[in-house]
Amino acid sequence: MQEVLSILSGLDWSPLWISLKTGLVATILCFFLGIFAARKVVKRGPGAKSVIDGILTLPMVLPPTVTGFFLLLLFSKRRPLGSFLYAQFGIKVVQSWLGCILAASFIAFPLMYRNARAAFEQIDENLVYAGRTLGMSETKIFWKIVMPTAGPGIISGTILTFARALGEYGATSMLAGNIPGKTATISQKIAMVIQDGDYLTAGIWTLIVLVIAFVIVAAMNLAASKSIHHVSRW
Amino acid sequence: MHLLLDFTKHLQEYDLTVRVDTSASRIGILGASGCGKSMTLKSIAGIVRPDAGKICVDGDVFFDSGKKLCVRPQKRNVGYLFQNYALFPTMTVEENVLAGLENVPKKERRERCAAMIARFHLAGLEKRYPGELSGGQQQRVALARLLAGAPKMILLDEPFSAMDAYLKDQLQEQLFEMLQQYDGTMILVSHNRDEIYRFCEDLLVMDRGRIIREGKTKDVFANPKVKQASILTGCKNYTDLVRIDAHHAHLVDYGVDIETKGEIPEGTTCLGYRAHDFIPVWEAEEPVNAFPVREKSRAALPFEENFYLVPQGDHREHNPEHICWFVQRSEYPELETKGLPRYLQMAEEKMLFLTDPGD
Repeated sequence: MQEVLSILSGLDWSPLWISLKTGLVATILCFFLGIFAARKVVKRGPGAKSVIDGILTLPMVLPPTVTGFFLLLLFSKRRPLGSFLYAQFGIKVVQSWLGCILAASFIAFPLMYRNARAAFEQIDENLVYAGRTLGMSETKIFWKIVMPTAGPGIISGTILTFARALGEYGATSMLAGNIPGKTATISQKIAMVIQDGDYLTAGIWTLIVLVIAFVIVAAMNLAASKSIHHVSRW
Repeated sequence: MHLLLDFTKHLQEYDLTVRVDTSASRIGILGASGCGKSMTLKSIAGIVRPDAGKICVDGDVFFDSGKKLCVRPQKRNVGYLFQNYALFPTMTVEENVLAGLENVPKKERRERCAAMIARFHLAGLEKRYPGELSGGQQQRVALARLLAGAPKMILLDEPFSAMDAYLKDQLQEQLFEMLQQYDGTMILVSHNRDEIYRFCEDLLVMDRGRIIREGKTKDVFANPKVKQASILTGCKNYTDLVRIDAHHAHLVDYGVDIETKGEIPEGTTCLGYRAHDFIPVWEAEEPVNAFPVREKSRAALPFEENFYLVPQGDHREHNPEHICWFVQRSEYPELETKGLPRYLQMAEEKMLFLTDPGD
C-alpha cells in the first residue's frame, strides 16, 4: 500500500493527458471524415463501392505496425512529402504529437466509417424522398433526417473510434515514438515500464485505462439510449 | 388541371413507356407489382429521372429532355404519400407537420401547423413520435404533413398495401374523407381493384411498363378490352374464343357455341366472364349460352360459396382449366336443396370480349 501511494504521488500524469488529447482529436477528425466518406460511398454503384470500401477498411485489417510503416514511408523527413511539409510549413509528423494523432486517426478511421456506412444504408430511402418532395434542401435533409435516424449507429461508431484511438499502440510507436511528456501515451508507457519489470506502475496505468474506458462507454451508451428511445425498432 | 406525361425510362426488365394526356382530377393506375406504376409516380414527383420525354403539370414543365430541363423535386410542389407514410421517426408529430411547411414563410408556419393539427384531429399528439402512434394516427400525420404545403397535385403510392383487411377498410374511409376537400389532381397507384374503383374517375391499366388500357374507371371495368387489363380488374374466367360471325362464336375451353344479339367485336380472341356473374340452371334442357359443369372442389366462406368447376361442353378441344363460380348463399337458396346446378349460363351483357396480345 505504502508503495502504491508513493508511486501515485510521484507519478508523471502526462501519458494520461496525451492519450486523452490524442483520442479526442483523432475522434473528431474521424467523425467528420468517416461520415463524409460513408456518405460518398453509400451513393456509389456496387463495383466502385467494394473497391473504395476495401481501401478505407484496410487500416483495420492490417497489423497496426504495417500502417505505421506506411505512414513512416509517407511522412519521414527523408521522403518527399515529409521533407516538403517540414521545409515549407515547419510541420513535423515523425516523433511528434501530430504523429500520435495521425497514427490514431488512421487506425480508428475504419470503425467510424464502417459504422456510419451501415447506419446510412439502413435508412429507408423513402424518408429522403419524402424530405425532397416536401421541399427540404439536401443539407437540411442530411442534418434533420439522415443524421438523427442514423444516430444510434453514428454514436456507437464514435464510441468505438474513441476507444480504439485511446489505446492505439503499434502505429503510434513507429510514427510518433515514445518521447516522455510529448508522445508517450498510456499504452506506450505501460509497454515501457513492463520492459523495466515495473509491474506495479503498469498495473496502476492499466487501472486508469480501465476506469476511463468504462466511464466513457457507459456514458455514451446512456446518451444513446436516451436519444433513441422513441424510435421503435424491433 | 391538366397532366401531360410522355416519357420513357429503361428499367432492368423492360422499358417503361408512359403516354398520358388528361384533365381528369382523380386518376387511378392499376397494375401488378413491378409493372412500373410506382416508377411512373416517382418520375412525376422528381424522385427518379426519366431517360427521355416530357412531364407537364398544368402548364408547368417538370421535365423536358429536349431542353435538358429537370425541375428538382423540392420545387415541384407535388405531394407524395408513401406506402409506409415515411414519417420522420426522430421528429415529433408537430415537427413532422412543420417539415411540410418548408416553402411557407417562417412567420406563418406555426399558425398553419396548428391549423393542420386541428383539422386532422391530432390535438394532444403534438409531442408524440411516429413510433408511438396507431396506424390511423400515422396516416393523419402523413396527410397533415402532405397537405400543409398545399401541393398542386397528390400522388398516392399504394397507401394500403401492407395492412390487414379491417384496418385497411377504416383507413381507406378516413383517407378518402380527408381528401374530399382537396381540389387538385390526385393519382392513386394500386394493385387493388377495389381501392381504384372506389376512388378514381379515370383509370390507366399498366402491364410491364406499358399502358394497356385507359378510360373512365367504370368503362374499363365494364369492358376491359384486353385480357391483361381484364385480369387486373378481377375477372377470373377466360376461354379462347373463335369468332364465327358477328353474332356467333365458339368457346374453345368450354366446348360450346354462343349466340349474341349485340355484335362480337372483330378481332376478339378471348372471352372473359366474372366469377359472380354466372347464372345457375338446374333444368335438364340445355339453355342458350350455357355449358354443363362438373364439380372439382368447393370452398365455403362466411357469406359466399366458391365453386371450382370443370366445363363439360361436347366440343371442347383440350382439357380446360377449372372455372370459378362465386355465389352469395342468400341469392340461390336452391343450392342447399338441389345441389350443384347442371349448367352455368352466361348473360350476354356480362360477357367481356377481349383481345389477348400475349406476352
